[in-house]
Amino acid sequence: MADMKMPRHAMPAQDPEVRSHNFNEVALGYTKEMAMEEATRCLGCPKMPCKNGCPVQINIPDFVAKVAEGDFEGAYEVIHRTSSLPAVCGRVCPQESQCEKYCVRGVKGEPVAIGRMERFVADWHNAHAKEASAKPVSNGHKVAIIGSGPAGLTCAGDLAKLGYQVTIFEALHKAGGVLVYGIPEFRLPKAIVQKEVDGLKALGVEICTNTVIGKTITIDELMGEKGFEAVFIGSGAGLPKFMNIPGENLQGVYSANEFLTRINLMKAYREGSDTPIKHSLKVAVVGGGNVAMDAARCAKRLGADVSIIYRRSEKELPARAEEVEHAKEEGIIFRTLTNPVAILGYNNPDDRRDPKNGSVCGIRCIKMELGEPDEKGRRRPIEVKDSEFDMEMDCVIMALGTNPNPLIKNTTKGLDVNNHGGIIVNEDALTSREGVYAGGDAVTGAATVILAMGAGKQAAASIDEYLKNK
Amino acid sequence: MLMYRIARKKPLNATVTLMDIEAPMVAKKAEPGQFIILRVDEEGERIPLTIAGYDREKGLVTIIYQVVGATTVKLNAKNEGDYLQDFVGPLGNATETEGLKKVAVVGGGVGCAIALPVAQKLHAEGCEVHSVIGFRSKDIVILEDEFRACSDELKVMTDDGTHGEKGLVTDALDALIQAGNQYDEVIAIGPIIMMKFVCKTTEKYGIKTIVSMCPIMIDGTGMCGGCRLTVDGQTKFACVDGPDFDGSKVDFDEAISRGAIYKEFERHAYDEACNLFKKEVK
Ligand SMILES: Cc1cc2nc3c(=O)[nH]c(=O)nc-3n(C[C@H](O)[C@H](O)[C@H](O)COP(=O)(O)OP(=O)(O)OC[C@H]3O[C@@H](n4cnc5c(N)ncnc54)[C@H](O)[C@@H]3O)c2cc1C
Ligand SMILES: Cc1cc2nc3c(=O)[nH]c(=O)nc-3n(C[C@H](O)[C@H](O)[C@H](O)COP(=O)(O)OP(=O)(O)OC[C@H]3O[C@@H](n4cnc5c(N)ncnc54)[C@H](O)[C@@H]3O)c2cc1C
Ligand code: FES
Repeated sequence: MADMKMPRHAMPAQDPEVRSHNFNEVALGYTKEMAMEEATRCLGCPKMPCKNGCPVQINIPDFVAKVAEGDFEGAYEVIHRTSSLPAVCGRVCPQESQCEKYCVRGVKGEPVAIGRMERFVADWHNAHAKEASAKPVSNGHKVAIIGSGPAGLTCAGDLAKLGYQVTIFEALHKAGGVLVYGIPEFRLPKAIVQKEVDGLKALGVEICTNTVIGKTITIDELMGEKGFEAVFIGSGAGLPKFMNIPGENLQGVYSANEFLTRINLMKAYREGSDTPIKHSLKVAVVGGGNVAMDAARCAKRLGADVSIIYRRSEKELPARAEEVEHAKEEGIIFRTLTNPVAILGYNNPDDRRDPKNGSVCGIRCIKMELGEPDEKGRRRPIEVKDSEFDMEMDCVIMALGTNPNPLIKNTTKGLDVNNHGGIIVNEDALTSREGVYAGGDAVTGAATVILAMGAGKQAAASIDEYLKNK
Repeated sequence: MLMYRIARKKPLNATVTLMDIEAPMVAKKAEPGQFIILRVDEEGERIPLTIAGYDREKGLVTIIYQVVGATTVKLNAKNEGDYLQDFVGPLGNATETEGLKKVAVVGGGVGCAIALPVAQKLHAEGCEVHSVIGFRSKDIVILEDEFRACSDELKVMTDDGTHGEKGLVTDALDALIQAGNQYDEVIAIGPIIMMKFVCKTTEKYGIKTIVSMCPIMIDGTGMCGGCRLTVDGQTKFACVDGPDFDGSKVDFDEAISRGAIYKEFERHAYDEACNLFKKEVK
């Protein structure tokens, strides 16, 4: 019987004052005891509302019951049946708007900490499992995967296990997609991503980094002279948006992608790094999603005073609740119902050679209020007349979202995309081109790791079906 | 694994060096005007360099770089037979040459390395090519013979008059136009300030001028936006929309300013890299 008195177990975490100066993981993870106790809070509802809230339908009550019994490997098997990246998803999924949102315990109190247990189970498995994933017998069919983010990695893994000869083509010098270039070390240690990548290599997956599909080689060439029978496009949504306001190209204005790539992929936060990053004193991050939180918390760790500027109210912040909480604990200032109208630049009229000329010195914002709800039900922000005000800043980071990169579309004949640039697919993840499948952010636009992972799984199943019947 | 072996290394002057890199996939697709991004070692920065030539059969890509900072110092410390960590390309769009009958190609300094393959391509396509290449001084003149071989007319300019004619590339270009040459297009590649003044020169005559922009880049695939510049009032990403742009529409002053953001860091990193290699030599 579930323990109705026990409160939800808090996540052990690094002290905010300490962690806002380092890049080590913030959340430290449950101990075995915490996980087993937390598991006893689950009511084991037969209707499994939590499972239905999970984008990949993990049988949550089943895995939680195994955690309560101390059968962690058993719990891992349950999760792994439908999720390929539990150590990642346990850390980065927005549980409060998925599984935990529907938890019956959450109606009157706090939901069962499903995500934290998922993370515990995955970490336990990674620490204890004797990795003997033998290379499967090849079935001789070649499949190409474009992009090594969660969608591509998952699709590659599932196909490799079925015996396909899989090659991943990645534009950057390192595999992992947003998991390596976007999400910072303190939220998702890169060793976890590397473990997934190494696992694929052990299955015989070949990873060709430094290969830009559409430039180095096209999809038509892959399916022609290179002999791939099917292709999966998991190229993500990497094209950053800007606001088109004055001053956006001043020195010291970054897209979140650039700022995070310098820090995460290029390790610019390390002393003596070859790649530079601007060390600023006062940073404004524009946006309210996970990307904005990550950029803000990185800037904080580099020693700046950081403000988040968001045009809606705090309730509408699209970031994971835990990230907002962590950001606040770390001293990041939230300026909600505020929107930038211009970025102000330094200009010394007496000295044209002043090295500060052309760099950011402030940001002009306008106050906002919430009006009628839009199509998605979110209340639309409207400007408050004559409420402009200036703030001093020496760096501005734009975290306004991203669109799919047009490179592949532009170099692949007959590949249909929607008006946001997302590749159009049917329910089998098939695009308008025979043998070419797609999934993840490349299809949906910027979304989540779990949805990308799920799309990669779906595409792998469809590709298997297609090639078996070909 | 892919390997990027240095098949040949040849100094062109005291600070400019040519390398042929084994990169068959890149060589197969490379076109004049495109570039690559490389990393020298596992901790290295990603830096863009133009494709200065290629041999599709041998799978070689030629780069010509000037040693200006930490990464180019490290690159220059590598020798024939060594390997580069990463080498990706070809990136950016090829220079458009279709339909051009008579073109003036203007190169400044190491920009000549970028301009040469374009001049060669135009020449091979039967276009009349007038080249103007400019340097500070005699001892840093590069690629003169190569330009001579692909140009119907060649002007070599030095700031101090120690080689060729004394003066700026814009002087020579102006003189060529004044002499009655009617160009379909001028292609100018070199320091931003040079390209800005070439555009000022050609503006008077209403000649379309293409420039090749070299902003700071990271990924080279349109992902970071660090390479953005303002062209005709709109933000463009040099790595995917360029690197060639209509010079009359480029905001050069903004580009100069954006290029200077890491000046201090670069100076420091350069000193460190030089010290490191001095120590190693000892
Ligand atoms: C900073 C940040 C924080 C985030 N935080 C969270 C979070 O907390 N929780 C969450 O669920 N989601 C989060 N997201 C969103 C999540 O990371 C993405 O939805 C997910 O990574 C999408 O996966 P994907 O496989 O579709 O694409 P990506 O992860 O974007 O991977 C695509 C890969 O394809 C490569 N590629 C692109 N074009 C080409 C080409 N032409 N040739 C070869 N390779 C190519 C790219 O280099 C990249 O490596 C975050 C995103 C960012 C940027
Ligand atoms: C499309 C393109 C093509 C280029 N082609 C050539 C070429 O063929 N030959 C050549 O010698 N140089 C070329 N450059 C310039 C070359 O990339 C820089 O000289 C090099 O990055 C300097 O690195 P560094 O660490 O040695 O010097 P740093 O000390 O880091 O920098 C010196 C100067 O180089 C520029 N720079 C620095 N980092 C970058 C970067 N990541 N991306 C772009 N510019 C940077 C800066 O403006 C800086 O002022 C090209 C640049 C671009 C964008
Ligand atoms: S270099 Fe990153 S977008 Fe151009």
